[in-house]
Amino acid sequence: MNGLILDFPLFSIVLPLVGAVLCAAFRGRAAKAIYYTVSALTACAALCLVVFTLSEGEYFTRPMGHFPAPYGNEIRIGVLEALFALLSAAVPALCVFGAKKRLERDIDAKKINFYFVMLCLMQTALTALAYTNDLFTAYVFIEICTLTSCGLLMIRQIGRTTIAAIRYMIFNLLGSGFVLMGICMLYDLTGYLSMSYIKDAVASLSSGGEYTVPLTVASGLIIIGIGMKSGMFPFHFWMPDTYGYATTPSACILSGLVTKGYIFLLIKIIYRVIGTEVLASSGILRVVFIFGLAGMIFGSVSAIKEHNVNRMIAFSSAAQIGYIYMGIGIGTDAAMTAALFHMFTHALTKPLLFMASAGLSDASAGGAHFSELQGSAHRNKVAGVAFAVGALSMVGMPMFAGFISKLLFAFAAVGASGKTVVTLVVLAVSTLLNAIYFLRTAIRIYEPATLSSGNAGERIGITAYGQKGFTFACAVLILLNIVLGIHATPFTEMINTGLSMLG
Amino acid sequence: MGKILVNYEEIAAMVLFAIGFTTLVFNRNLVKKIIGMNIMDTAIYLFLASMGFIEGSGAPIIGQAESYVNPIPSGLVLTGIVVSVSVSAIMLALTVRLYKRYHTLNLDDIYMYAQREHE
Repeated sequence: MNGLILDFPLFSIVLPLVGAVLCAAFRGRAAKAIYYTVSALTACAALCLVVFTLSEGEYFTRPMGHFPAPYGNEIRIGVLEALFALLSAAVPALCVFGAKKRLERDIDAKKINFYFVMLCLMQTALTALAYTNDLFTAYVFIEICTLTSCGLLMIRQIGRTTIAAIRYMIFNLLGSGFVLMGICMLYDLTGYLSMSYIKDAVASLSSGGEYTVPLTVASGLIIIGIGMKSGMFPFHFWMPDTYGYATTPSACILSGLVTKGYIFLLIKIIYRVIGTEVLASSGILRVVFIFGLAGMIFGSVSAIKEHNVNRMIAFSSAAQIGYIYMGIGIGTDAAMTAALFHMFTHALTKPLLFMASAGLSDASAGGAHFSELQGSAHRNKVAGVAFAVGALSMVGMPMFAGFISKLLFAFAAVGASGKTVVTLVVLAVSTLLNAIYFLRTAIRIYEPATLSSGNAGERIGITAYGQKGFTFACAVLILLNIVLGIHATPFTEMINTGLSMLG
Repeated sequence: MGKILVNYEEIAAMVLFAIGFTTLVFNRNLVKKIIGMNIMDTAIYLFLASMGFIEGSGAPIIGQAESYVNPIPSGLVLTGIVVSVSVSAIMLALTVRLYKRYHTLNLDDIYMYAQREHE
């Protein structure tokens, strides 16, 4: 049995690839069935791997091909990698299931199988990003992830999504260029592409005081490159258009998982390739920390100015990514745990918010402007509850997952000398700003609709079609949010174990 | 000065990288942006290829020479070229789609038209 489990990672990378080929060959319903099967199977495999690595208490590696590690490629699986793979298998399927109404509205019925092709390929890319122990393989899968996410974005054929796609691609290509340059420099300095081997070489270089500047430049290029791709503060301008105009499941997946895939890779690189000590001495983390803090404030300020609910949630994403980068920037293990916890929380909450806002605007004749959404929570009760839960979680209300991540950030800040006061102050201000725009929206959707709002009292656009799936997906995400919020300790311990396996 | 003369390939790669990068960011013409992206990628391949070759070493075939050149950098360059071809293809496809809709390649104009269309 154990021997079989060791092959699960390869299986969960290859199966979606096969699924993608099959989806391209079949149409409509069959493609959808294939996608759901693939994602269910890979989610089960990932769940088994989580349990397996937890019970074994250590990571395991598998060679890919015939040659052992430094020359051959390999994959390496710990608790966190398996958890992320579980997330990237389950959440997109849930989003597609919940928002299938939007999917059918936005995509040409003849082309819908290509959407599932993209989803399968993206799942391959995200899983491989989590599992791989080879830097260049990571780069290749970063590019696959970029291309498929662009496909998910531009499959809704309106002018705005094409413009958003080109903007998204430009930022992403800049980021990939930086990452590739950084990887090549690291390869030249150390002679390895295998992550674990690079770490030893980097440690010996840095203790000998050799090549300090090239090492700093290489790690800086990788961090900035990944920052560009995942929407770190000064590079977050692609976010509102991308998330605001993409079809709902795409917006959920892009904001919830794709950016997290890159951030997860970054955390892996920090722990497994460059090493926290080397990085801490180079001062790059301080820059990441400041960008993170700036993102928390500026993302929220932009969100307050927005009047379109989708774009508001998109700007809030920029702020939440800021939280994660702040955690990475603090640099202690506690802060990294907080960042990872927030990564998972956000990956569960943002899809909920995007789906809820789609449900609300469906109940308001398709409008997404605040004035049109007034009272929509009464017209679509599930969406109203889902939005309220997501908003409260993002604001950091106790009982919800967002509160725990804020708490963990605050604890981590207290343990970090020199950064405590700044972090706590910005955390407080950012929470306040979050509360302003999220609660304003939550109150707006629960206000009784007035006659002047045009669709008063009418139940426009609400049909039973697709509502069951929507309710199910929202219920699962809400439940997960509350479970994480009330009973977070086992999960944070899991993250801690995973973090010790990562290095 | 001596270092610059010895490492002239890497210097050229960095200069090309900077040229490609600035073109990709600041040029408003979509086709020129794509050209900039290609220059940027090519610069990285030049960097890898020049770093991967050691003067005086032979091809990595047993019995051909005393010392061999590592074949992995060339393999990486080939992989990278495949990746950048597919990225260029998707960017060109997007550009064609935008040109068909807005009849211009200038990104600022496209934003302006899209804004007007939205209102």
